[in-house]
Amino acid sequence: MAPPRNRRPGFSRRIQFGLFIGYVVAVVGGVCALGLVLLSRLDPVGFSALRSAALDASAPVTAAGRSIVTGIQAVEETITGYFRAGSQNQELRAEMRRARRTLIETQSIRRQNALLRRTLKVIDHHSAAVVTARLIGSSLSSARRLGTLAAGARDGVRPGQPVIAADGLIGRVLETGRSASRILLLTDGESTVPVRLVRNGVAALVRGRGDGTVKITSLLPGARPFRKGDIVTTSSTGGIYPPDVPVAVITQVEGDTAVGWPLANPETVDFAVVRQPYQPPLPPSRLAP
Amino acid sequence: MAESTITTESMRAARIRIRVVPVVATMVASTASLLPLVATTPLMPPMGFLMLLAWRLLRPELWPVWIGLPLGFVDDLLSGQPLGTAMSLWTLTLLVLDLMDSYMIWRDHWIDWLVAAIAIIIYILAGYWFSGFRGSAMDIAALIPQMLLAILIFPAFVRICVRLDRWRLPL
Repeated sequence: MAPPRNRRPGFSRRIQFGLFIGYVVAVVGGVCALGLVLLSRLDPVGFSALRSAALDASAPVTAAGRSIVTGIQAVEETITGYFRAGSQNQELRAEMRRARRTLIETQSIRRQNALLRRTLKVIDHHSAAVVTARLIGSSLSSARRLGTLAAGARDGVRPGQPVIAADGLIGRVLETGRSASRILLLTDGESTVPVRLVRNGVAALVRGRGDGTVKITSLLPGARPFRKGDIVTTSSTGGIYPPDVPVAVITQVEGDTAVGWPLANPETVDFAVVRQPYQPPLPPSRLAP
Repeated sequence: MAESTITTESMRAARIRIRVVPVVATMVASTASLLPLVATTPLMPPMGFLMLLAWRLLRPELWPVWIGLPLGFVDDLLSGQPLGTAMSLWTLTLLVLDLMDSYMIWRDHWIDWLVAAIAIIIYILAGYWFSGFRGSAMDIAALIPQMLLAILIFPAFVRICVRLDRWRLPL
């Protein structure tokens, strides 16, 4: 097919002028839009009213379909469950026997821990839960990893609050609408979480890689503290995230960095709890009179 | 028979349909990012952009060049990208395609696909760059599956546009 050789629609001055104006509008508008991008990079909170309105309007659509999707996933699990019923039963029995032994040990350790804490006069600061809500969707084609939570400013959700599921950390609130909010997922390229290794307490940073995995970097230069299978939990350094929430499991060690998978998989998590930002208690000031 | 019952009202409805169908089709494609899925990797092709490209390559005279601004605005509000990303990139794409049309001598399905593939790759890379990822831990390689999927699915969008086009034009 040959393209239309001549884009001029005819000899009408009015139509030619209209075409010309169209180009002018497009170029000026395109430049303005580039300006908008720059503006939203310099000031991420700008246009939040517009964006949260769109979020509120679109969230019910997403929420309605979510139960169907999880239903389909459940069907698949039920069917595969039948095929592996026998072997799975045996495995689970063995695992439960092991777990029961660990549970008894844990109970005595917990009692001992409480006793020691009382002796040392350690005070726990838990951050209060704001709301429990469903995780209904995420950005699909954008390079950002942003989830959508079915709770917003009306439920007390504010930007900056940590979002936690039963299995571990999901991320934190980025922007809120009235009835829905956007979550910066752990795997987003701009998410950074201070953590420590459960095995030896070494401090590290977890950063998202945008492809479903996270990168774990040690804070000690030259150290190689990671092993495959290690679990990292939040360390509460810098506030926001409460301590000892499971974050990721290390699957691959590359020198002083490691690659891990988040323990809470946002694809299958249904409910998540939004908490108040954790604020560590200030140490008693020595200069105070 | 349909031809015998053409009235002024049905003519008016048809005229509205001619203008509205491509715009609505593109906006509906943009709403694909509202699907109730939680994805840990960016795998879904940019549906709105694919639809825009398909319409533009199928019917070069259909839209004025500024149409990328309102359509891109809708896409930006739904996609989670910084506001202005689709607005500027879609307009830029339409301008470049217009420029290209004045140089190209011959076009067929394969050349359209090639052009669309180049546009998709540049669009996804620019989207990544616009969302402020330089210096972060995210690997560009994570975008390659999305690019491949978008390029392979593009002919399907052209098919959809052709179907809609036949329905849109009454005769």
